[in-house]
Amino acid sequence: MAEATATGTTSEEWQPKIVMFCCNWCSYGGADSAGMGRFQQPPTVRVIRVMCSGRMDPVFILNAFLEGADGVIFSGCHIGDCHYVNGNYKATIKYKFLKAMVNELGLEDERLKLDWISASEGERYANVVTEFTEQIKKVGPSPLKPEGVV
Amino acid sequence: MENEEPRIGVFVCECGVNIGGYLDTQAVADYALTLPNVVHTKVNKFTCADSGQAEIQAGIKEHNLNRVVVASCTPRTHEPTFRACCKEAGVNPYQFEFVNIRDQCSWIHMWDWEGATAKAKDLVRMGVARSRLLEPLDESSVPVDQNVLVIGAGVAGMQAAIDFGDMGYNVYLVEKGPSIGGRMARFDKVFPTNDCSICILGPKMVEVARNKNINIMSYSEVTDVDGFVGNFEVTVLHKPRYLDTDICTGCGACQEVCPVELPSEFNENFGIRKAIYIPFPQAVPMRAVLDKDNCIGCKACEKACEAGAIRYDQEPIYEKLKVGVITVAVGMDAFDPLPHNNYGYGLYDNVITTMEFERLLNAAGPTGGHVVRPSDAVEPITVGFINCVGSRDVNENIYCSGGVCCMFSIKNAQLLKEKRPETNHYIFYMDIRSTMRGFEEAYNRARDLGVKFIRGKPVEITEKENGNIVVRVEDTLKGEIVNVELDLLVLGTGLVPNEGISEMGSILKLPRSADGFLTELHPKLAPVDTTTDGVFVAGCAAGPRDIAYATAHGSATAGRATRLLSVGSAPIMGITARIDEDKCVVCGVCVDKCPYGVFEIVGTNGDRRINVVEALCKGCGTCVTACPTGALEQSHFKNDQVLAQVRNVFQYGGE
Ligand SMILES: Cc1cc2nc3c(=O)[nH]c(=O)nc-3n(C[C@H](O)[C@H](O)[C@H](O)COP(=O)(O)OP(=O)(O)OC[C@H]3O[C@@H](n4cnc5c(N)ncnc54)[C@H](O)[C@@H]3O)c2cc1C
Ligand code: SF4
Ligand code: SF4
Ligand code: FES
Repeated sequence: MAEATATGTTSEEWQPKIVMFCCNWCSYGGADSAGMGRFQQPPTVRVIRVMCSGRMDPVFILNAFLEGADGVIFSGCHIGDCHYVNGNYKATIKYKFLKAMVNELGLEDERLKLDWISASEGERYANVVTEFTEQIKKVGPSPLKPEGVV
Repeated sequence: MENEEPRIGVFVCECGVNIGGYLDTQAVADYALTLPNVVHTKVNKFTCADSGQAEIQAGIKEHNLNRVVVASCTPRTHEPTFRACCKEAGVNPYQFEFVNIRDQCSWIHMWDWEGATAKAKDLVRMGVARSRLLEPLDESSVPVDQNVLVIGAGVAGMQAAIDFGDMGYNVYLVEKGPSIGGRMARFDKVFPTNDCSICILGPKMVEVARNKNINIMSYSEVTDVDGFVGNFEVTVLHKPRYLDTDICTGCGACQEVCPVELPSEFNENFGIRKAIYIPFPQAVPMRAVLDKDNCIGCKACEKACEAGAIRYDQEPIYEKLKVGVITVAVGMDAFDPLPHNNYGYGLYDNVITTMEFERLLNAAGPTGGHVVRPSDAVEPITVGFINCVGSRDVNENIYCSGGVCCMFSIKNAQLLKEKRPETNHYIFYMDIRSTMRGFEEAYNRARDLGVKFIRGKPVEITEKENGNIVVRVEDTLKGEIVNVELDLLVLGTGLVPNEGISEMGSILKLPRSADGFLTELHPKLAPVDTTTDGVFVAGCAAGPRDIAYATAHGSATAGRATRLLSVGSAPIMGITARIDEDKCVVCGVCVDKCPYGVFEIVGTNGDRRINVVEALCKGCGTCVTACPTGALEQSHFKNDQVLAQVRNVFQYGGE
């Protein structure tokens, strides 16, 4: 149940900026379900919709970090549930490659997350966002963030 | 159009107070006007309403807009509306961009006005950046296969199947259980009019069986659905009944001789069934089913079966079907009070659920219609009913089961009172929700019969040595604590989502609401549509409701789906992969990345090239990420379009 906890942001507290890629069929639907269920979460995530997690181009994610993202989540349907058979499986292969790239860029492992969220998992969606935000707050602002960028 | 300088209009929706109450919509609109190429902004009370759409169209005309951005709710429900609106006013539907500031802002940051407003501005900036790069696309359509799949054969699914069948379409009616009929087949009588349930359901079941256009696939499950509107490829698992259903006559000789006795699920585990059994006397199809898990292999049934129908070595069969539209009608469950021992259930013998009571009251049930209490099989004199068990309860489910449990308690008290006038009845309730037609009359009838209503939520249930149950409750109307001693206590368990709902959720990618039931496309205006085109939902799968409502729902899905079937084609998205032959080096990487076989290498040597069968492309974009030369692009999700969004998540030095 949506707990009536205010996620109010005090001006002093640093708020990370997180880019989240969602596939249209599951995870974007999960975000909608979170909205419909009024599952409160910190306002740290900016969602970009793609049709399938298989569309996740490593370029998108590396660009997000270079532009100033403190963290990136990419999310699709649970394995076996992809609307296009197995795009999410192909995404897992890219994820492994991306993890290595992220390290090479001098970023911490914790800044990149892959998670499967179905269209019905509104509450879980909110939890993923909340927990990832906490995790990023712990590691702090991205060292790659260009100066002056918010 | 393509090379025209973008002229973007941004429309910010207040959605009544849904958005306007939680963030500063005017500030978002003002901010949008500072962005490059934005020439017009407007805050609308309801952008999707007629007035809002008129404002978009007026904006397009007055400001000569060639792109439109709406910041409101979700594209999953409202994109078609706004695309059509743009198209009407001369803007290509694919040069419309959706920004979601409701599900992604106002509703999830309800107590953070500043944070939600700032985020909405970011999202609008991202949307505007993407909009600038959007290209016009053509919409295409696909043929709609004329076969229909209905999943679940309760009253809702049966009604859908009958309507589709009567309209001349071939229907596959897939039912998980060994018989059609659903939950209604197990009730004695049904509120509000208290007709005999099987007497009205039985003929409908026969009607389904007789309908030449309906293929009943009982004891079967849908395991996989691929494809899209008009062209679904469905895999159905036919579970083995371990007998030849073409030969079995349903005579029941097998169950007479079978030595294995098991609790009867149909009778809520009162009474027994055998390891081979006929589901219930009115079952359709009237065929036996062998429960292999409990079969001891004595082969008594094989000897008893004169028709020679038994097949111990039957295997599961997977069948592929092609259908154009799908109705999901998988129903619900009743709340299970066992895990938490709600109101002593599972601890005290004489606390039972309504479903159990229904079976005891049923003349065809395990006791021949005599309601007896489990501890000593004595017919009770004083019976209590607690409403809202598992519903309207922060520890279980917060929702109300739609008045269904209020009404079934009223029904059952009445029925037993009529059968045995010497009995006394108490209904413990929080509120009586007798909202539908004929419900209030049923409530009054129960009062006139002498059923006592005590307004209060019982706080303590205890068992006496003789098996009697004492309910301690505050009668909130009198303001006093009372202890009521009962011979039998019946828990009015609410309606909850079942396993079928979660299965459908994942197989068909249907979202579920916070209550766990399937979500309609729109709760008011598209109550049987879903976010997946060509898939419709009927009955309790989309939330608790009574039989009349579930039946109407079933018909409604047939009506909605027939729009597609009768036209024979459905519009589909113009989002596909396109190849730039100048950049393609025919490496062939894309060929096995595509799950639909869109690409093939044709020609030899110097003449080799990739042939693209665009009609097969479903637009996932997976191939695009694999192409090493950038020859492949996904229209509407081109690299530069997505990257523009990525870049615009951020900005230098605030505003
Ligand atoms: C105790 C009780 C008493 C009630 N009394 C009344 C009453 O008196 N009057 C009234 O109007 N309403 C009453 N109701 C409500 C009534 O039961 C529902 O309105 C009605 O059954 C809804 O029909 P349905 O077809 O949506 O679902 P169901 O009747 O639940 O049918 C769903 C069908 O789908 C099948 N199924 C499930 N999963 C799958 C799957 N994965 N694949 C294939 N098939 C599947 C099930 O086996 C079932 O046959 C009562 C409910 C309860 C719990
Ligand atoms: S299996 Fe044979 S005995 Fe059993 S019901 Fe069918 S025909 Fe009768
Ligand atoms: S986008 Fe590419 S991989 Fe996906 S269906 Fe179309 S051609 Fe196949
Ligand atoms: S559609 Fe969700 S991961 Fe492919």
